[in-house]
Amino acid sequence: MSSRETTKKTLLVALCLCVACSIVVSGTAVILKPRQEANRVLDRNKNILSAAGLYDPATTSDAEVESLFAEFTPRIVNLQTGEFVTDDQLQELGINLATYDQRTVLNDPAFSEAVPADEDIADIKRRVIYPMVYTQQQDGAVSTIVLPINGYGLWGIMYGYLALEADGNTVKGISFYEISETPGLGAEVRNPRWQALWPGKQVYNESGDVALRVVKGLGSGQYQIDGLSGATLTTRGVDNTIQYWLGENGYRPVLENLQSLSGD
Amino acid sequence: MAEAKKVVLNPLLDNNPIALQILGVCSALAVTTQLSVTLVMCVALTTVTAFSNMFISLIRHHMPSSIRIIVQMTIIASLVIAVDQFLQAFAYEISKSLSVFVGLIITNCIVMGRAEAFAMKNPPGISFLDGVGNGLGYSLVLIVVASVRELFGSGSLLGYQIMPLVENGGWYQGNGLMLLSPSAFFIIGFFIWWLRSRKTDQVEVRDFRLASHSTSEEAA
Amino acid sequence: MEELLSLFVRAVFIENMALQMFLGMCTFLAVSKKVETAIGLGVAVIVVQTITVPVNNLIFNNLLREGALGWLGLESMSLEFLGYLCYIGVIAAMVQILEMFLDKFVPALYNALGVFLPLITVNCAILGATLFMEQRDYSFVESIAFGSGAGFGWALALVLLAGIREKLKYSDVPDGLRGLGITFITAGLMSLGFMSLGGISL
Repeated sequence: MSSRETTKKTLLVALCLCVACSIVVSGTAVILKPRQEANRVLDRNKNILSAAGLYDPATTSDAEVESLFAEFTPRIVNLQTGEFVTDDQLQELGINLATYDQRTVLNDPAFSEAVPADEDIADIKRRVIYPMVYTQQQDGAVSTIVLPINGYGLWGIMYGYLALEADGNTVKGISFYEISETPGLGAEVRNPRWQALWPGKQVYNESGDVALRVVKGLGSGQYQIDGLSGATLTTRGVDNTIQYWLGENGYRPVLENLQSLSGD
Repeated sequence: MAEAKKVVLNPLLDNNPIALQILGVCSALAVTTQLSVTLVMCVALTTVTAFSNMFISLIRHHMPSSIRIIVQMTIIASLVIAVDQFLQAFAYEISKSLSVFVGLIITNCIVMGRAEAFAMKNPPGISFLDGVGNGLGYSLVLIVVASVRELFGSGSLLGYQIMPLVENGGWYQGNGLMLLSPSAFFIIGFFIWWLRSRKTDQVEVRDFRLASHSTSEEAA
Repeated sequence: MEELLSLFVRAVFIENMALQMFLGMCTFLAVSKKVETAIGLGVAVIVVQTITVPVNNLIFNNLLREGALGWLGLESMSLEFLGYLCYIGVIAAMVQILEMFLDKFVPALYNALGVFLPLITVNCAILGATLFMEQRDYSFVESIAFGSGAGFGWALALVLLAGIREKLKYSDVPDGLRGLGITFITAGLMSLGFMSLGGISL
């Protein structure tokens, strides 16, 4: 019994333990990785479809998600120029559409930039210059565009998708896939009943400004979405997110170029 | 057999980890807004406690006391990572809503406390049962708290609407306080009150005894 | 600079580790009977927190993150799944080193902190702060501000609760609620109070 206090024994135990634990940990991580990746992709696709109004958690099966999602084409846009990045430019940038993840390149200075404080309505600090948007084609023309959006809510940044119709003005739907808002209050941004308020609303008014507002108790006109009760700050966060991403510094120039895609 | 039963059932009410030993309180507050999420957390914690107890007990004779804590920590952390990976692979939605709290099982004092207090002194089999028992004691409190919060906060249990909410066209106005974390403090506080008024031996001794009020004659 | 200050203030008041994030509750409830011991433990937590969060930040950014090992030619390797193990190792080691350092150079403080130092290893506020740092992707400098703020906020809450409990022991609480029960309810009320700071945007 007394032998267990010697230095040699201590080192031996530490070594054996490290080997045993590292095998367990790396083993589970490596074996389960493909499944986790698949889950992550499936979850993202579901949210994209849900924004476009094509996903119903009660009836859509995972296999249907795959076939529905196949109708969507991923495209990269350049937020600095407001243009869709062509295939040649993609090669130049070294972007592979299959593996590109705009969340991981957020800290890569080649792909992202700091948002100037006076423009940073949504309080996101940094943004990706080349976000990945998804378009749905029907009869050769773009019918839907799904834009990734993010903005600060109450506790942290909320990540989601906003879908617009081909006119770049009519909302098709919204979804949030990663939030840390208060469950039951702010987290109701994920409630399908609240998300159902969005389709059909207009973003820009006649003079071309972002008129869509998310405010509590402002009625339900074509530019207004009723805020969440008991979640003033989350509502404000969603409002800021919309103002920023659909504004001049966000996707607005991209949306104006949307018609140029219809040719291909 | 009788001993095994005692080890498993004792932590439920007589020696509850949360209500008496003050172990593992953090997650009891943070993951109890929805019953389904709570159940997963309970299963995860019970698994980790049981297995960490068993493994630590297995190697207890070989563990040099100078590196005891870090050895225990390594075993617990490895188990937690394994559980976390499983959740991400098989229960992705729930693992998203538990976020950092799965990782925090590592520092959940129940796991560490039982390893130190029980597994270091007892053989593996009974240590495993002790882990299960304490996991269940923890689960009991969490399930009570989560049921109250979900029922009165969102009018549902396990996601099934029991009292339809006003927002959804029903009659029940959800209690916003129940959805906020402080309510968990109150519910646990009242749970302890209920428990201790039944098991009076758990009542804490007074630091001071109040003198009785002076009567009106004395005052005059 | 201003940004770091606001991060610090956020961590202390708005995202208070004990009363808003509910981390480190076990020690929070168990070691808050006396103001004096609460201050001792609070100081120890601030020190450990200020050291471990930045150190873990370096480990995460330079070893674990996807692509961090690019200089070894392992560009697509991500060791993120080892995170928990590394962080808890760093915390346990830091606490141990701090203990030895204090024992040798500042024996007065060492004796005052006594049993609380080893307890810090299992304080989930410490690991929690590291995990939040990873999740929110703080830079090294930000992680220093966040770590010290998180530690300070936790210590502040602990001392406040200890102050209330010192008074509370003179009150006539129903038998079943005495001690732990009423402490839970007090902590709940304090946390409601802290929630009112939630709306401040800095």
